[in-house]
Amino acid sequence: MFAAFDNFPALLIWLPLAGGLISFFLKSEKASKLNALFFSLLTLAVISTSLLYTDPKHYLLNQVSYVWLPNLGSSFGLILDGLTRLLCLLTAIVFPLVFLMMPDGKYPNANRFYGLMLLTQCGLLGVFMATDALAFYLFWELALIPVYFLSSIWGGEKRIRATFKFFIYTFLGSLFLLIGILYMYLKTSTGSFGLVAFYNAQFTLTEQYTLFFLFFIAFAIKIPVFPLHTWQPEAYEQAPTPVTMILSGVMVKMGLFGMLRWLLPLFPKAVDHFSLPIIVVIVFGVLYASVLALKQDNIKRLIAYSSIAHIGLMAAAAFTVKEVAMHGLTLQLFNHGINIVAFWMAADLIERQTGVTKISDLGGIARKAPQLAIFFVIAAFANIALPLTNAFIGEFMIFNGLYQYNPWIAACAGLSIILAAAYTLSLVKNTFFGEPVAAVANFSDIKPKESFVFVALTVLIFFVGIYPAPFFKLIYETVGLIVNRYVII
Amino acid sequence: MNDMTQYVFLIPLLPLIGFLINGLFRNYLTKSISGWVGTGFMLCSFVLSVMLFQHVNQPGFQPEVIFYFDFIRAGGLYIPFSFLVDQLSVLFLLIITGIGTLIHLYSTAYMHEEAKDHFARYFAYLNLFVFSMLLLVLGANYVIMFIGWEGVGLCSYLLIGFWFGNPEYNKAAKKAFVMNRIGDLGFLLAIFWMITQFDSVRYLDVFSKAPAAPVAVLTGITLLLFVGAMGKSAQIPLYTWLPDAMAGPTPVSALIHAATMVTAGIYMIARSNILYSLAPVTENTVAVIGLATALLAATIALKQNDIKKVLAYSTVSQLGLMFLALGVGAYTAGVFHVMTHAFFKALLFLAAGSVIHAMHHEQDITKMGGLRKKLPLTHLSFLIGCLAIAGIPPFSGFFSKDEILAAAHDRSPILYGLSIVASLMTAFYMFRLYFLTFSGAFRGTEKQHSHLHESPAAMTIPLMLLAALSIAGGWIGIPEVFAHDAHWLASFLEPVVPIFKPHHQAISHQMELMLMGGIVVLIIGMIFWAYRLFAKSDVSFSEPDGISKWMADKWYVDEIYDAIIVKPLNAISSWLSKIMEARWIDGAVNGVGKFVLFGGRQIRLLQSGQVGSYILVMVISILAFLLYQLFWKP
Repeated sequence: MFAAFDNFPALLIWLPLAGGLISFFLKSEKASKLNALFFSLLTLAVISTSLLYTDPKHYLLNQVSYVWLPNLGSSFGLILDGLTRLLCLLTAIVFPLVFLMMPDGKYPNANRFYGLMLLTQCGLLGVFMATDALAFYLFWELALIPVYFLSSIWGGEKRIRATFKFFIYTFLGSLFLLIGILYMYLKTSTGSFGLVAFYNAQFTLTEQYTLFFLFFIAFAIKIPVFPLHTWQPEAYEQAPTPVTMILSGVMVKMGLFGMLRWLLPLFPKAVDHFSLPIIVVIVFGVLYASVLALKQDNIKRLIAYSSIAHIGLMAAAAFTVKEVAMHGLTLQLFNHGINIVAFWMAADLIERQTGVTKISDLGGIARKAPQLAIFFVIAAFANIALPLTNAFIGEFMIFNGLYQYNPWIAACAGLSIILAAAYTLSLVKNTFFGEPVAAVANFSDIKPKESFVFVALTVLIFFVGIYPAPFFKLIYETVGLIVNRYVII
Repeated sequence: MNDMTQYVFLIPLLPLIGFLINGLFRNYLTKSISGWVGTGFMLCSFVLSVMLFQHVNQPGFQPEVIFYFDFIRAGGLYIPFSFLVDQLSVLFLLIITGIGTLIHLYSTAYMHEEAKDHFARYFAYLNLFVFSMLLLVLGANYVIMFIGWEGVGLCSYLLIGFWFGNPEYNKAAKKAFVMNRIGDLGFLLAIFWMITQFDSVRYLDVFSKAPAAPVAVLTGITLLLFVGAMGKSAQIPLYTWLPDAMAGPTPVSALIHAATMVTAGIYMIARSNILYSLAPVTENTVAVIGLATALLAATIALKQNDIKKVLAYSTVSQLGLMFLALGVGAYTAGVFHVMTHAFFKALLFLAAGSVIHAMHHEQDITKMGGLRKKLPLTHLSFLIGCLAIAGIPPFSGFFSKDEILAAAHDRSPILYGLSIVASLMTAFYMFRLYFLTFSGAFRGTEKQHSHLHESPAAMTIPLMLLAALSIAGGWIGIPEVFAHDAHWLASFLEPVVPIFKPHHQAISHQMELMLMGGIVVLIIGMIFWAYRLFAKSDVSFSEPDGISKWMADKWYVDEIYDAIIVKPLNAISSWLSKIMEARWIDGAVNGVGKFVLFGGRQIRLLQSGQVGSYILVMVISILAFLLYQLFWKP
């Protein structure tokens, strides 16, 4: 019966799930927080340990294939490969840091809050590891649904409207995904939901194009890609900030991951056929979001639009299917998660202390909180991909790939690095610099606990930015397969 | 690897350590420790650079690439982290660490009024700048250069906005960074093009493969690189950030915005001279833009009343002359002028800093005058700086400028004539500045007058040393007309930077001496004219009108950029957020949402109508599936 625990993927699912369920039965907030920290750190320990067992000879440790619904041909399949490891690592790093930064006493019924967060983590890890389409779909939903509760219960003033919009969008996406999956299932020769079976199934060109769009829309909403993005600024603004961190740091990676694992290998002809119009629209969206970010007067919306722009670049890179871009984008999945979480943490501290998210009502925080200012400036420059920060490596390779695909598109997309500098530095200038305004009169600098979190993120920012080799080593093989349109294994 | 070159990594590493010490312990260090940490690491770096120079200057030295680690090796892209030690990089090392050390020393006194954490922060930024600048010149490929390139941009941003309480300064800092980013995009695209064309970004690969590449490709790459140089080295149309950058502390203006960072563009082109000499269209573009910038900035400098602004426009103008030199193929002359300019412009800025220090942060020259007696050392150094920049022999500027003029003369009489005009304007506005500051009667307040004092030794010692260099620095490049084979710099740089090849038959030495003498006479005339106008005790300052007003208002270039780029972009941004996002896109999506809900209400098979309970059922079923899997697995 405990055979389920003898490998890494299973542990990565059960740990957050168990932690989440336990949390619902805890009474005090402190206990729930400790419980959440305990399980999330354990998860981090498991994924870190798994990095030592990447050799093919340990494959038994790194994959799971249980008989699940034999009549349906679904087996509960999970795998840890290079791509998955990187994303699981990101998830496992972000969650404990978010838990550590959670303010005490702000969210009533905190045990449920932590519980739902852990369930989200379980869903996310499942999405990244699933090799079976039905399992993938279930984890996809499992990751979304707790977020829906978290936002609608603990969110801001307009939470219902924002959550509803978020729900409609993502639900619509899920529906397309489900239709696509079921159709493919019916077409497999053996009647299987397995990724490999999908890969081997034969489709006419029309079928491939249709299926491509079903999957694409589901993933594009999640990313989100212009013009399917309007749920995001509102959701980011209204969700409780810990949830926003998860949404923007990890959850948007579900869409990009879906493209890498499912879309590109399964529908190579459709990808090649539609790549140009899709890239053009995405790059337009990147500039659109960047220009929008210029005049945003709300920190959260500004970060949201900035994120849409940066994520858009990654999505565009995915459709070039150029080797260099794919490696860069995979690394950037990790980097973007780290950077944006650092950004949100600083934004959250500002909001918690001042109750203000309007940029024009802020100013001069650097005088009051020089340490926070340092971390914020570091996060800002990582956001604009300054060399020696992690994002430079990723974006340099992404732009390089875009350039190989089409120099003019790369040049247009490149305008976003100028716009990013403009809006990010405006944000820094208007919130942190100048003399302190009334709203920040009693602002106090960060505490050691918060310092620890920021230092951890900063170390990651510079480590990857200066010496990315270990990360490239980790993803090398998997990305190579994706570039050549092979599925895993 | 030779004994000396294995320590090259220390040259940038030492300032980085200084940055870390001052940055991390800024709250615990006393001011004198911060100052000595900052200056001390710089001095060590300088000593190592001198030792490296001696190594490079030996006969038979071959350029060395020192590999450290793989920076990016993935997806078919290979970018090693490695340094290139050759004559050009070593020359820049000496300039950067040498002037850097002096300016750190000067800063220990200049910044003394700052609180200790800000004092340490200042030195941290300054050390970080030097680290980035050293990466820029030491890198053995374009990506390492780019790391340094954006790194110096960051430090420039941080130091322009050093006094972040002042909104104007923050604006200037942001403007500098964003304008530089425009150039950086050009640089990046050039790098991508190189990767596509040469499959490498390493200098040695690129330069060896360049002759086989199509001219159109080389023209494209070099033009894009030049766009990068326009941003960093403040050339038309990306020069307007540099005058605003004067918001930073004056030693910063001296080091970053005069002596080193802004010459990065010249370094880049001199480094890539093999590419540029294969792309004549780009060469002409560089020459024309350089000359146009030199003239435009000089006209503006004629009418500025802020001591630092005059020096800033003068820097833009001198950088223009350097680009002119590069554009006509006189790479050595360009690099030579970088060096002498670093000496005399750092000197002028530091002397100006000494004036500003004495005047209690007054920068308006209409409120100065007669400072000669009160600030004798400052006065002397400023005068030497002015003579050097004006091009009076035997001061350093004379030699480097003469070499540029000679090269322009060889290429075209128009280039020659216009560069003489730029030089004459330079002499005029520099001596206008000098006379208004140091001659005549004092025009400031009584209080300022009573506080006038010469600066402390930590400030005057760097002034004296730079003054000496401004006098003698040009003697390493004596033209053929004075002495045979006396141009040490040209023969030193020859392995990396080709010696200027005249297109036309060389003019006779007699003719050359006449032209040279003629120009010097004209310059002296300009100085005399400035003396007549501004050395009086009763100078009157009238509101400029007509063309002078245009010059004083900087030809309204900032206003034009604001009207055609900044404002429209902001308007589009507001429109997008108010109309496009809220009404169109969102409206369409909400419509779909309503439609779905409507459909849902009609169908209502399993749903109770509430999304919430539906989801709850879903969660429970998923959990049930998973638990089943865990505990009842067959």
